[in-house]
Formats: sequence, C-alpha cells, structure tokens
Amino acid sequence: MTVEEKPTHLVEESSDSQETPRRIAVFPQRLPVRFEDQKKPGKLVMTFPNLVIREVICLQLVVIVVALMSLVFDAPLEELANPQHTPNPAKAPWYFLGIQELLHSFPPIVAGVIIPTLAVVGLVVIPYVNINVKREGLWLRDRNRTVIILSAVVILTAGVCVPFHAYSIVIPSLLLYGLAVIPYLFPRDSGWINWLGYRSLSDWIMTWFVVVVTVLTIIGTYFRGPAWSWIWPWK
Amino acid sequence: MKIWQKLQDTVAWRSIFRTRLPIKTNLDRSLVIFNSLTMHIHPVKVRELAISFSYTFYLGMISFFLFVILVVTGVLLMLYYQPAIPNAYENMKDLEYVVSNGLFLRNMHRWAAHLMVITAFLHMLRVFYKGAYRPPRQFNWAVGVILLILTLLLSYTGYLLPYDQLAYWAVTVGANIAKYVPVTGEQFRFLLLGGNQIGEYTLVRFYVLHCVILPLALTGLVALHFWRIRKDGGLH
Repeated sequence: MTVEEKPTHLVEESSDSQETPRRIAVFPQRLPVRFEDQKKPGKLVMTFPNLVIREVICLQLVVIVVALMSLVFDAPLEELANPQHTPNPAKAPWYFLGIQELLHSFPPIVAGVIIPTLAVVGLVVIPYVNINVKREGLWLRDRNRTVIILSAVVILTAGVCVPFHAYSIVIPSLLLYGLAVIPYLFPRDSGWINWLGYRSLSDWIMTWFVVVVTVLTIIGTYFRGPAWSWIWPWK
Repeated sequence: MKIWQKLQDTVAWRSIFRTRLPIKTNLDRSLVIFNSLTMHIHPVKVRELAISFSYTFYLGMISFFLFVILVVTGVLLMLYYQPAIPNAYENMKDLEYVVSNGLFLRNMHRWAAHLMVITAFLHMLRVFYKGAYRPPRQFNWAVGVILLILTLLLSYTGYLLPYDQLAYWAVTVGANIAKYVPVTGEQFRFLLLGGNQIGEYTLVRFYVLHCVILPLALTGLVALHFWRIRKDGGLH
C-alpha cells in the first residue's frame, strides 16, 4: 500500500454498478498503526505453522504444569463454614490481602473504596495521558525542578502515611525514591546509573505501584497473625 | 495414498473440510488460517521477532489457555456441585473421597485460577513496560484492565463455593469492604449477598455469577480484546 496521495481514503467504484447494488472499495491510506516509525523492520513468517505450533506447545506446557501442580499440591479444604466461629485472623483471598492490609492502616472508605478506585482509574487512563505516551527519561529536562517536585510528592505521600502507621507504603516508597534520585545526585554516562536515569516517570510510578501492591500482599499473607498483629512467618 | 486422495475428493469430505491436504505451498498455509473458525483471528503472516518467547513471554496466551482449562474443569466440577448448604461442602468431600480423580479435578481448577490472576497481572506489566498501550491501542489497554478485574471477580466468587471456613470468612471480609462504599454500600452488599450475611442465597448468587454471568462477560471481552489486537495493527 502506498502512502503518497493526500486523501485519507482511496475510493474506487466497481464496474458492475448497473446490475447490482453499487459496490465501493475503500482502501485506507494509512495503516491502522499510527506510529509506523516505531515498527522495527523484521522478517515476516507464515502464521501456519510458525505461530500455530508455538500456541499448541504453549497450551500443552500450560496443561502439563497445572496438572503437575495438581498432583503435588491439594486445594485447601477446612471444616464446614460456621458463622458462629470467626477464625482469627479472617483473611480475604490472597489477591485482596493488599486491600485488607490497607484497611488495617487507613479508614475503611479510604482503603476499601477510594484507593482501589483510584488504582483502577489510574490504570485505565494510562494510555490517554501524554506523559505515558512520550515516556521521556525522568532526568532529561529541568533536573532541579524535577527533583524538587519529586521530593515534594514523596514527602507528601510519606507525610500522609506516617500518621496512619502505613510503614509498608512509606518504606518501599522511600527506597524507590532513593533509587530514582541516584542519577540526579551521581550522574554517569554509562552503566546501571545511566540506565536508571533514562527511566521515565511512568516507569517509576508503575514500578512504585507494583512494589507497594506486592509488599502489601506479602505482608498480608505471611506477616499477619491474630487480630492482624505482626508475626514472623518462620516462628 | 490414492484412497486418501479419493476420500478428500468425496462430496461429503469437501463439504466438511475447507482445507485440502497436503499443505505444501504458502497459499495452502494462508488458507489454513483463512478457512478456520478458530484460526482466522490470526493474520496470515506475522513478524518473526514478535512471536518469539522473549518478546511477550506469551503471557496473554498463557492466561487464555488457563481460562480454557478453567472452563473445562469448571464444567466438569458443575456436574458434582449443588449450590446449597451443607450440600456444597459435602460435594467437596465427595470429590475428595468418592469421585474418581475428583480431587485432581478440583486442584486443577484452583491452581489454574490462582495462576491466571498472576499471569494476567504479569501480562499487564509486560504490556506496560514495553509501552504497548500507546495509540492506537489505548482502548484495548482499557479492555485489558477490565479483563483483569473480571478475573479477580471470577476468582473471588469461586472462592465461596466450597463453603468451608476458609471460603466463608474470606468472602465475608471481602463483602464487608463493599459496605464502605458511600450511600449505596449497604444496599450493594445486600444485593451481592442476597441478605445481610452469607447464606444459601449468597451461594446461589455467587454460583450464577461464577458459572454464567462473569464467564460470559469475560468471553465476550476476550473476543473484543483479540479482535482489537488485529484492528489496532497486530503484534509488531
């Protein structure tokens, strides 16, 4: 398909327009992918068998792995549900333990409603926010301004979390902040610090989100005992 | 070989199978894709780099195959399950001690469900760090986020169905969060549980959500998700 002419669509009338309802062929002038320059040149191969065989093998491996897991580990089953007997602690399924851990620190409406809603909305709007589309290195532009804003946001986050004793958020946030400002404090032209300096703000925010979610989930799963008190899993 | 050729020439054979064997040329290989209901979601040609394992880690594909395992094992489990108290719990015991390979079936369903939550999440991370949500794929990213939420809801509604202590209290903790939604929280919780606390109606509601409504919604959105991959320019 050539991309020389001005109009966005080429319209051609077919020759048999008298006999049958008019057929019009529409050829888009541009491919649906708008960022053509992002496409790396690459060899094309036939889907059958190249992709299909990979899918078949993938399906087989997935079935084998799940079957092996099922042979080794049994699904848990406790005694019949008893509304009169509350276990201590009562834990949500593991993927909600991050929220349950938040509920321990923050008021229910914040931990149970506002934060999860913000997380979902935040995820959905990612591609509609320009900064996530451009993804320039965090330290490429005005470095001093960046470090002031970043520090202010981190201090504000920590300042909100500390009164609620949400150290499981504060500590990972500060560690990631430390990592993010290393390229500012000790700029290098190569090596891992240089690589770190080219990470975008989007990368840092997503990494922060994933790290906090993971830390909260692990704490909720392994480090919480009766009345949601801190326990060590090996004791 | 001759018999094979003749068989392929029969009217009945040709009416059933659209592809003629053997597949020798690239035209034949294209027709395999064109002529198949399940394969025509693929383009005929793909970039060699884009289908390598290190490019996507096949996380979306793995999530989908886990969903297939979940549908198959789930339908089989439905044959042994009654959403009633205490039948539901007794069914679990029957699966363990009475039904041949019943425990294996339940294990498959449970571990595939946990794995699917993980692989769908990792799939999202892979797409994010590769920047694969950029225009024109914005909407498909949003569909993906909804699919992740549906996966969590499917897992959560399934969690109650064995109706043991673990199930009951895990779902209680989850349902209590719904209470904190301003204004409509209490009503929403009542609607979800079919009462003020978990009981027979909760089991039926979660059963219907888990076996009918949510899987249908997920299937529909997965179809949209796959279709949009092609329409937004394919894997590249």
